[in-house]
Amino acid sequence: MATKTEDYLGITDYKVIGTRPIRHDGVDKVIGRAKYGADIDMAGMLHGAVVRSPHAHARIKSIDTSKAEALAGVKAVITVEDLPLQEDKIEDLGEGAANLQHLRANVLADGKVLYHGHAVAAVAATDIHTAQEAADLIDVEYEVLQPVLTVQEAMKEDAPLLLENQTTESLGEDTGQKSNVCTHFRHELGDVERGFAEAELVIEREFDTATVHQGYIEPQNATALWSADDQITVWCSTQGAFTVREQAAQILDVPVSQVKVVPMEIGGGFGGKIRIYLEPLAAVLSKKTGRPVKMVMSRTEVLQATGPTAGSFIKCKMGVDKAGKIVAAYAYMAYESGGFPGSWAAPGAMCIFAPYNIPNVLIDGYEVLVNKPQTMAYRAPGATNAAFASETIIDELCEQLDVDPLEFRLKNSAREGTRRADGPVYPRIGNEECVKTALSSEHYATQLNGKNRGRGIASGFWFNVGLKSSAAASVNSDGTVSLVEGSTDIGGTRTSIAMQLAEVLGIRAEDVKPQVADTDSIGDTDVTGGSRTTFATGWAAYQCALDIKEQLIERAAKLWEISTDDVVFDDGTFSSSDSSKTLSFKELAGMLDETGGPVMGRATVNPSGVGGAFAVMIADIEVDTETGKVEILRVSVIQDAGKAVYPSYVEGQMQGGIAQGIGWALNEEYAYNRDGLLTNASLLDYRMPTCLDLPMIETHIVEVPNPGHPYGVRGVGEVPIVPPAAAIANAIYDAVGVRMTNLPMSPGEVLKALWSKNGENGTA
Amino acid sequence: MNAFDYEAPQSVDEAISLLSAGNGNVGILAGGTDLIAQLKEGRKIDLMLDLKQIPEATALSFDEDSGLSIGAATSCSKIYGYDVVQSRYPALVDCTSLIGSIQIQNRGTVGGNFCNASPAADTPPAVIVLGSTCRIAGPNGMREVAAEDFFTGPGQSVLQSGEFLVSIQVPTPAANSGAFFLRFIPRNEMDIAVANAAASVVLDSEKTTIQEARVAIGAVAPTPLLVADAGAALVGKAVDDEDAIEAACAASRAAARPISDMRGTIEQRIHLSGVLTRRAIQGAIQRAKES
Repeated sequence: MATKTEDYLGITDYKVIGTRPIRHDGVDKVIGRAKYGADIDMAGMLHGAVVRSPHAHARIKSIDTSKAEALAGVKAVITVEDLPLQEDKIEDLGEGAANLQHLRANVLADGKVLYHGHAVAAVAATDIHTAQEAADLIDVEYEVLQPVLTVQEAMKEDAPLLLENQTTESLGEDTGQKSNVCTHFRHELGDVERGFAEAELVIEREFDTATVHQGYIEPQNATALWSADDQITVWCSTQGAFTVREQAAQILDVPVSQVKVVPMEIGGGFGGKIRIYLEPLAAVLSKKTGRPVKMVMSRTEVLQATGPTAGSFIKCKMGVDKAGKIVAAYAYMAYESGGFPGSWAAPGAMCIFAPYNIPNVLIDGYEVLVNKPQTMAYRAPGATNAAFASETIIDELCEQLDVDPLEFRLKNSAREGTRRADGPVYPRIGNEECVKTALSSEHYATQLNGKNRGRGIASGFWFNVGLKSSAAASVNSDGTVSLVEGSTDIGGTRTSIAMQLAEVLGIRAEDVKPQVADTDSIGDTDVTGGSRTTFATGWAAYQCALDIKEQLIERAAKLWEISTDDVVFDDGTFSSSDSSKTLSFKELAGMLDETGGPVMGRATVNPSGVGGAFAVMIADIEVDTETGKVEILRVSVIQDAGKAVYPSYVEGQMQGGIAQGIGWALNEEYAYNRDGLLTNASLLDYRMPTCLDLPMIETHIVEVPNPGHPYGVRGVGEVPIVPPAAAIANAIYDAVGVRMTNLPMSPGEVLKALWSKNGENGTA
Repeated sequence: MNAFDYEAPQSVDEAISLLSAGNGNVGILAGGTDLIAQLKEGRKIDLMLDLKQIPEATALSFDEDSGLSIGAATSCSKIYGYDVVQSRYPALVDCTSLIGSIQIQNRGTVGGNFCNASPAADTPPAVIVLGSTCRIAGPNGMREVAAEDFFTGPGQSVLQSGEFLVSIQVPTPAANSGAFFLRFIPRNEMDIAVANAAASVVLDSEKTTIQEARVAIGAVAPTPLLVADAGAALVGKAVDDEDAIEAACAASRAAARPISDMRGTIEQRIHLSGVLTRRAIQGAIQRAKES
């Protein structure tokens, strides 16, 4: 086994890693047999509906459920009174954390509604239409309060307070100051004032980015059965069954052992399916009725009431010296938390200047309450907003210095040993290799011609995470291995995990039968998030295979009556060291009964050797100067995967991240009116790109192995969404000479920018 | 969704008698792409009246003398798949082939698009510039209304209680004529127009001078608008008369009285009325030249 970076460099003789076998869940998903949460049906099952706030900010004066309860077919109605009280305690969710009082008040409003669509009550009835009719019959009397919709408004001293007891924690200390600002943190490296004083050229800009949705196609859903012996089973769509179990047990005030969470197949998550919404409601409604209760959100509910990712206001300033080296950087990053604390300025701050070696950095981060749904992770949460600021300033620096933007990035690149402003010193990373690959690409070498066309470059970083994973595997007598693991399969992780087990055992990926198990059937496993699954659960599968290998060596030794030291295992074959005896993996698997019984492997990991990921994007666009519409002509993405276990999935992640990033860049935004009501809670008016809006996205996988993983794997899922907004903004500037500082760069916004540059007649 | 009765009358007369029988709130079903979505969002009806069994409402036919007859319940994809429409009414292909998705086009109808009367509807401008007539059945028999006079406000039309739209009659295109429709949306499909426009022109036999012209714009007023001044600015002018085309665009901008919403601002929509009017006129002239 290779243990150091150097051991991997040049390794090309993997048998399974790096190949593209048929995915294990492919047939079921292609023919529609895969089971999603909405497919669940059970005898006696009731259907739930949620009453939601029509206001963005209001005090609940009274809730009258009597008319709903009197409606034929209604079996139960609940409000927050039906949820146990909670302590003021923080629960770690793997990606993000939740205060339990806030989680409870988010699941069902506790005295106050904090956003349009905030759940107020829930109903269970014999069919969904009756449940919805009953929900309409619940009278809620509100005292409407002034909504606070942007971080700038919310940070004003006289701003209405969303949570009356919220005080600001500043630099780790509770200030006792009541405010919508929940957190202020700071990262400091070197002496930023001196750095700017030494700079030859300094550029400072302000940026606004809209609240955006992850855009998973499957709405949140949950079915719960609270049985008479107080055992609770929950079937749901989640990125982490154990995270759901933990949250649900806390909210319901029962031990975790009483809750079993069965993760169904997932129709996308992107960070949005970690916090719970419906699960406790379905559970309490089931407890009240003794029957299973199913709840499925409508698209409108998904958009109004589940966590989008944070909009932000960022001030960014960067300075370069005469030699074109970045000498100082400053960022003020204020991110929306939504109605409850917890936001994404912190990860944004870890990423904002991460691709560069900058000696003097100061970053101030603020997480701020606004009357929007409590924000949630979204694919490298916080980093896209951050890169939009820093990477467009870098483009402006390059323009003023008259240097090639990729050469500038190469010259200033972070590398092994560079310290990031938030503390860590990089191990071996692949940023330089990504920039060099971009520089030598056919795309970059091809000149872009034509009026109103432009090319933009941007870099991105995401740190990736490790966290807990478990795997168990049993050897079958036909030479296959059944693998059980706890990571929701997003993007083909069943297969990329199984391949790491297969590589060790010298068997084919198809000879591994991977299965995602419920919380009673496998050890604790954190969420599929943070680009961790192929890295960490794959590592568990690798360890699990080593465990199996060791046991099989013992069996061979027993069979051949030799010492285990004299058994050699290579390329799927066991042999005695004198080569007189050999058995294939399959042959030995068929002899387990006669050598001592079944063989199972198991492993749990909590790895620390996470390898950060870098990406570079090249975007060619054309602006219709009469309408402000941006057409994407050609896009390339270059990304360091460490080792691409399954290259097609890595390419899929790269293309998916770029596609979502293009949507974020051009059209996506939660459109709140002045009253704080969401006016575009549908996928018609929340404009994600369709396939007609995207070109083929060209991918270049760079492989600089992560020294912290047995196969050199880095996470790949998140970083590709980081550069697109900045790359497209830079391309727009190259095309038509306007610097866009707000997201989205929708046609109306580009038109306005063109008008202020040229005057309206200049464009017609 | 609440419970409601469903009827599928076999004739216009049967539909009229069901409509006048005092059945409470009636929802008229053609493709259902608006109605069913509205029911899911809480609209309450007592009776759903399905037009798809009425021959006149599903017919799609062409006659050299009377022109094209489009039954109100004829799907968009049937319309743009009809060879006569493809060869002689390309502006109808323009609009019917860009509404929603292919699935929506297989269900949604021009009649429904008219009766739903969204200010941003994509079929009215083309239907209007082609000089079409709406045929409406009611308790007192059939009446006809010019397409541009059909709309009275957002979600509102000239249809009276007890009436329904049976078909739309589109005249046979004149020789040397052309028509064109386009809309502006931020994406390239699956979107509601921020603004849209259609133009039709009839050229002289040399195809150098505009003899007749009509321009209509949408999503920029409470109803689709026939901009008479825009058409008038082009009549008698050379096809390459930039000043005349600019005058037509100015007329559209002047006629537009849009609102600001999450799809676009007043300024953007007024501006787009001019941009799209120009592009529609240029497209119509090009088609007339190629006719």
